[in-house]
Amino acid sequence: MKGLRILGGGVLTLLLIFLAAPILLVGIVSFSSATYLTFPPPEFGLRWYRAYLGSRDWLDATWLSIAVAAAVVVVSTVLGTLAALGLARLPRGLRVAATGLILSPLIVPGIVVAIGVYYAYSRYGLVGSPLGLVLAHSCLAVPFVVTSVSASLAGLDPRLEQAALSLGATPLGTFRQVTLPLIRPGVLVGALFAFITSFDELIVSLFISGSGAVTLPRRMWDDLRYAIDPTIAAVSTLTVVLTAALMGAAHWLKRRGERQGLHSP
Amino acid sequence: MSEAIAPALLAPGRTAGMNWRRLVPLLLVAPLVLFMLALYALPVLAMLSRSLLEPAPTLAHYAELAGDEVFHRIFTNTLWTTLVVTAGTLVLGYPVAMGLARARTLLPLLLIIVLLPFWTSVLVRSYAWMVLLGRHGLVNEALLAMGMLDRPLRILNTPLAVHIAMVHILLPYMILPIANALRQIDPSLARAAAGLGAGPWAVFRQVTLPLSMPGVMAGILLVFVLSLGFYITPALVGGPRDMTLSMLIAQRVEQLDWAYAATLSAVLLATALVIIAIFQRAFGVGTAFRMSAR
Repeated sequence: MKGLRILGGGVLTLLLIFLAAPILLVGIVSFSSATYLTFPPPEFGLRWYRAYLGSRDWLDATWLSIAVAAAVVVVSTVLGTLAALGLARLPRGLRVAATGLILSPLIVPGIVVAIGVYYAYSRYGLVGSPLGLVLAHSCLAVPFVVTSVSASLAGLDPRLEQAALSLGATPLGTFRQVTLPLIRPGVLVGALFAFITSFDELIVSLFISGSGAVTLPRRMWDDLRYAIDPTIAAVSTLTVVLTAALMGAAHWLKRRGERQGLHSP
Repeated sequence: MSEAIAPALLAPGRTAGMNWRRLVPLLLVAPLVLFMLALYALPVLAMLSRSLLEPAPTLAHYAELAGDEVFHRIFTNTLWTTLVVTAGTLVLGYPVAMGLARARTLLPLLLIIVLLPFWTSVLVRSYAWMVLLGRHGLVNEALLAMGMLDRPLRILNTPLAVHIAMVHILLPYMILPIANALRQIDPSLARAAAGLGAGPWAVFRQVTLPLSMPGVMAGILLVFVLSLGFYITPALVGGPRDMTLSMLIAQRVEQLDWAYAATLSAVLLATALVIIAIFQRAFGVGTAFRMSAR
């Protein structure tokens, strides 16, 4: 019995190393001073971070990705939160149809979305423009907002709204002062997911970013296909730290919301 | 709230027959639905329709596909990769899920280790495997240093690299639903079985495993459907022979062969939908995709 537990612990440790090691390794390589990818690095330094910060291309791509993701947050959080508020009160048939459409980007393979969007957007001059990226990424980000806000709404006690109304609050006042503060963690979690969905998105960007709107993942992809230098390790490490921080924040918000009983489990 | 907001939103003077209680939720959902129809759903459908309408209404493109040798090879390869990856994530993911479900003091650490790859983009994780598996990558260097190899193994740009990287990338999608199911099992059941004389293996096989099946099925569905559409990872760590359906589609679009690309897209989408429908009917786990929200 004890031997079994030690064996189990050993297997678990190996699997956890398998999960974590590749990402930690990229972090270590990014601090290498060598021109080529060698492991272990002969010396450590900030050479590749300097290369990143000194490169116009990389910085432009970074700012574009951040700007697009920020716009996606606004579009998908507003549209998604409104829709989540309406969805629960739609008649069943309509609700199922609308939910199916809204959540479908989770199921439809990325390449199918990408070439479908490319096919249509190229006719409207939306290829190679940040606007096209914002519109397409918003569609991909919306499912995360709607599921997150819907979960908050499901955990909401309807008597709170009724109480506010019966005490004389106007309907919009009730929404602003009662409903919105209660579902705020869900909205925030949805917004964080939306940011990361857009910031990390590659397949759609490959087709519609053209040469005029090169996002960070697209820039990384081009680099990986044609010339690998460790700058990409530095960029990867920075994006991992950024997304992990945002996801950690989302996770913490979600857990806190669950503890306060505002989410369905 | 619908009853509440409605009078504020709607100007007075509507006819009494107008049912505004129904209209408000509709007005809330409509902007998003129209946005998604115009900018995502209709574009995808218009693209797919070219598989049936090029040059005139026809099923010829599908018939052509049935006899297309390249398609057969790539479709089989995609399904095979998907099966290997699903099996791999199940075998490696179940023990981690058990660790996660049982952990107490170490839970935050375990959770971070499982979630960190989940939170890292597919592109970065694929790159990590390029670094690890390359000719002068860590795996080769380590094996050479230990004297287990005379010259570096070719791992990068082989099917093995694709399998390893995809298992790594999709593992959290298997771990999390199983851990969730395991957590919901009443621990007194396992104690009761043990108290009645069942050994650890019998407890696992007859109590824990059957009760965790909903999580296992949800994990299998998620990994299966997600790996079916993989593009970035096989393109980066695979070789020229490791083409997946997604890569073939992209290639045909680059060659402006829209009819062929649309037909392949329809096949890929239909395969995913059929698998989801089967899992929904058989195991009731079709809604698993709601949790694929990382």
